[in-house]
Amino acid sequence: MAVKEENKEKGIISAINGPVIKGKNMTTFKMREMVTVGEQRLIGEVIVLEGDVGTIQVYEETEGLKTGEEITPTGRPLSLKLGPGMLKNMFDGIQRPLEKIQEISPIFIPEGIGLLSIDDKKLWPAVMTVKPGDLLLAGSIFGTVEETQVIQNRLLVPPNVSGTVIDVVPDGSYTIEDVLVTIRDAKNELHELKMAHEWPVRTPRPNAYRRETLVPLITGQRVIDIFFPIAKGGTAAIPGGFGTGKTMTQHQLAKWSDADIIVYIGCGERGNEMTEVIEDFPKLIDPRSGKSIMERTVLIANTSNMPVAAREASIYTGVTIAEYYRDMGYAVAMMADSTSRWAEALREISGRLEEMPAEEGYPAYLPSRIAEFYERAGSIETLGGDDGSITIIGAVSPAGGDFSEPVTENTKRFVNVFLALDKSLAYARHYPAINWLESYSGYIKILSDWYEDNVAEDCISLRNKMLELMYEENKLQEMVMLVGEDVLPDDQRWVLEIAKIIKVGYLQQNAYNKDDTYVPLEKQYAMLKAIEYLYDRGREGLKLGVPTSRLKNIDIFSQFIKMKYTIPNDDLSGIDKLKDEIDQYFDVLFKKYEN
Amino acid sequence: MKKEYLQIDKVVGPLIQISDVDDVFYGEVVDIVEISTGNIKKGKVIKIEEKNVIIQVFQNTADLAAGNSIIKFTGQAFNLPMSLDLQGRIFNGIGEPIDNGSDIFSLVEANINGRPINPMSREYPRNFIQTGISSIDTLATLIRGQKLPIFSGNGLPHNELAAQIVRQARLGDNVDEEFGVVFAAIGVKHDDEKFFRKSFDEANVMDRVVMFVNYADDPIAERITTPRCALTAAEYLAFEKHMHILVVMTDITSYCEALREISSAREEVPSRKGYPGYMYSDLASLYERAGMLKDQVGSITFLPILTMPNDDITHPIPDLTGYITEGQIVLGRDLFQRSIYPPVAILPSLSRLMKDGVGEGFTRGDHAEVANQLFASYSKVQEVRDLSQIIGEEDLSSTDKKYMAFGRAFEAKFLNQGFDESRNIIQSLDLGWKLLALLPLTELDRLSPENIDKYFPKEA
Repeated sequence: MAVKEENKEKGIISAINGPVIKGKNMTTFKMREMVTVGEQRLIGEVIVLEGDVGTIQVYEETEGLKTGEEITPTGRPLSLKLGPGMLKNMFDGIQRPLEKIQEISPIFIPEGIGLLSIDDKKLWPAVMTVKPGDLLLAGSIFGTVEETQVIQNRLLVPPNVSGTVIDVVPDGSYTIEDVLVTIRDAKNELHELKMAHEWPVRTPRPNAYRRETLVPLITGQRVIDIFFPIAKGGTAAIPGGFGTGKTMTQHQLAKWSDADIIVYIGCGERGNEMTEVIEDFPKLIDPRSGKSIMERTVLIANTSNMPVAAREASIYTGVTIAEYYRDMGYAVAMMADSTSRWAEALREISGRLEEMPAEEGYPAYLPSRIAEFYERAGSIETLGGDDGSITIIGAVSPAGGDFSEPVTENTKRFVNVFLALDKSLAYARHYPAINWLESYSGYIKILSDWYEDNVAEDCISLRNKMLELMYEENKLQEMVMLVGEDVLPDDQRWVLEIAKIIKVGYLQQNAYNKDDTYVPLEKQYAMLKAIEYLYDRGREGLKLGVPTSRLKNIDIFSQFIKMKYTIPNDDLSGIDKLKDEIDQYFDVLFKKYEN
Repeated sequence: MKKEYLQIDKVVGPLIQISDVDDVFYGEVVDIVEISTGNIKKGKVIKIEEKNVIIQVFQNTADLAAGNSIIKFTGQAFNLPMSLDLQGRIFNGIGEPIDNGSDIFSLVEANINGRPINPMSREYPRNFIQTGISSIDTLATLIRGQKLPIFSGNGLPHNELAAQIVRQARLGDNVDEEFGVVFAAIGVKHDDEKFFRKSFDEANVMDRVVMFVNYADDPIAERITTPRCALTAAEYLAFEKHMHILVVMTDITSYCEALREISSAREEVPSRKGYPGYMYSDLASLYERAGMLKDQVGSITFLPILTMPNDDITHPIPDLTGYITEGQIVLGRDLFQRSIYPPVAILPSLSRLMKDGVGEGFTRGDHAEVANQLFASYSKVQEVRDLSQIIGEEDLSSTDKKYMAFGRAFEAKFLNQGFDESRNIIQSLDLGWKLLALLPLTELDRLSPENIDKYFPKEA
């Protein structure tokens, strides 16, 4: 399929340097305009204009390009076609469906295939919700399409048009290119509304206003939901060296988060990981809808060997798609794995432009680009008056695992949740390897009401108490490294014992176990409450002079460590039984010391 | 007829610049003919700016002078002829035979840069490859279609380990599925290349090996093409001829050094330690060529070897590699100095694809748990060792003393094995259980009661 090209003056290629080319005779071109380059019609975007010389980043391999070939303008910025057909689909960095590319070239991704987008032949059964005479505001809904088994696509009036309906088609099956509604705006101009409309990727879609984020994104992961919760509409970063499980954690969030829509961006990562997602996700059942989680997922893949300029664009493609579903009134969660590859793509392009580098070769505008990206998250009221939100969770791959490098540092400034992955935990196969000392969540305060109302009155104070215990354990461990555990007084040894249960029995979560991979909040709370109970009862014993060695009943301890497997997610009676066992054992034990 | 050019404006290291050039394309291959001798050097266009062209020359640029050579643009991208006859042959880094054999003639030509595999076309790798080495099979399992680098240091026995894997690994399940080896030596010592050639001979696989060799004293620009030639051959054999190919490549560090040298000659803005900012993408364009395709026989399993400068795993070369590859096998100097072979430092080692390629139906049901427990216990051994450094082993608690004993036995019996010793996965797992039995049962929190019942060694 050819890209619509403008009948304007064409540019002439004058220089080629990897994915960056320069052209002459480009005075009529606009900044950020999409262009096609050379005989192969490679897709590119104007990134610098200077006199009649324009610089273009090319989204495809440039080998074979010659100077003197033409640069053709398209008259519009790099845009996406937003409409039904994106869910359950996988796209490259500029929204070309990989399945369609596969039809053109079965194994490898060739260049010069033009701009493909969502299927424009497929018929979607549409239900129209407006009638002639209705006033349609920008961003309001004029009809619905069942896009997948669980998600209804609410057909949106594009954010930049409004008017009175003068014509509506009857309910029925239409393609995304059929005109469904015609409206007349205030200037008496006619606009045709279709299922799909285009939107430039680098322009945030407008909304009515921003709200406070008051509801957590429930992920089913204990260390996140209880200790470092992420708010719906919030931002989080997951930094970690290689092998610490960033992708694994992102996959778990994509699988189990209670968002309506998931947009997953594989940005400069491994091809096999995307293949794994395509193979695994359709088989996994969403605990809420009872349907495959793929029904609510959009995948974007720019693997590490795909062209670097498209990597830079993939992040914006993802967030624009997220905004589109947000504007229908959905809670969207977006995972970007990894934002460091995006930053490196910026650096590579910047280097080819011979810009003055700032830290570690990154361009000076890195922090502002990171900020712009994360600021597209948020909980909002849509133009149509619904509630929508985008939660952004970005993985960061710091060079050498060192969190003081520019991408991690700057990301930290603009996100509210920081889930630091730790190499030594990963080495000990403690997964998820989220370090509880370095991580933080800025949402504890604003979410505490929600937790009190929906989980338990003391949920947040319990969390604080247990986190404090883990801090104390850390200090004690330093001491143990110097003098050995045997020398510590009993109350401190008791802290170490309980901390071990929290680490092994609570913080470690097994993504491959069918029960443990996703744990409902009630069980998360109950498990921690039980650990607290054991801790408190033990302290009673310590006051009576019971030594830690007697308090540590092997059988009870091993039940605690295995309770994540042995107590079913839907039947928590086992936890009460466990408390009874503690009482029985301790009551007898304490009697001996009471006199 | 394409124009020929006589005037070289500038020679910087492996790069030459010529001016007033028309009608060349980015990536075009260039022949540089020395007028007096007729010697031909090859180069490639790496930058075009107006009528000025920068060419990267793959051979030594030492004799080049302003007017002593003719530069001919070939109108071709860097293509290599592909044929089954590649097997058993030895080529240099730009794909020319160096074994006195004939040139390869074939109608099939492939661009050495390859193209990215569409993730939709990939098959997720799940088939276990038994290498016969306990530490790798049990704890960092190699999967067919995986890219698993060996992170080594200077002087460590990475070559021996790679040779042992080539000798002991059987890649095809069925007898009628063919396997082959593609070996790329990038900037290696002549000795190392001899060692590999000898071990391929001994393993009786020489007629199935395609070798691409760039010696340490060969020009560095050729190091950029060596791995690409090798992977192009591997792709042809795996995806066109449906063979299971093991690609062994050494030493990625030399490759990255060459990349840095050329980048600096191009006056590019450096990022960490002077390496170019695009090194991640560049390495990815090599590593990502491993894999398997849906619905067809054939695979590329990729074992690159790199020596970590100063044994530093955070150095950009191992660091960027680790972010792209599916795990890593790390060799430890400390183990090596205690004469443990192969000195696999298991804690930083990892196979990302292992989770889906082990267990019932692949290896044995208890594999994942045993591996997990060995990792956790051996990680605890490190803590106990640190402690014993301070308070002395005598003063350790009785449990900690058992950890010390476990640690020693694990290194001596499990990690350590002969260069010619091949243990199958069942032997390795049973050995793991035997060693775990040295620890109190209460410490074995990663093992399920069912597996303990089934596999825990009964008291003698």
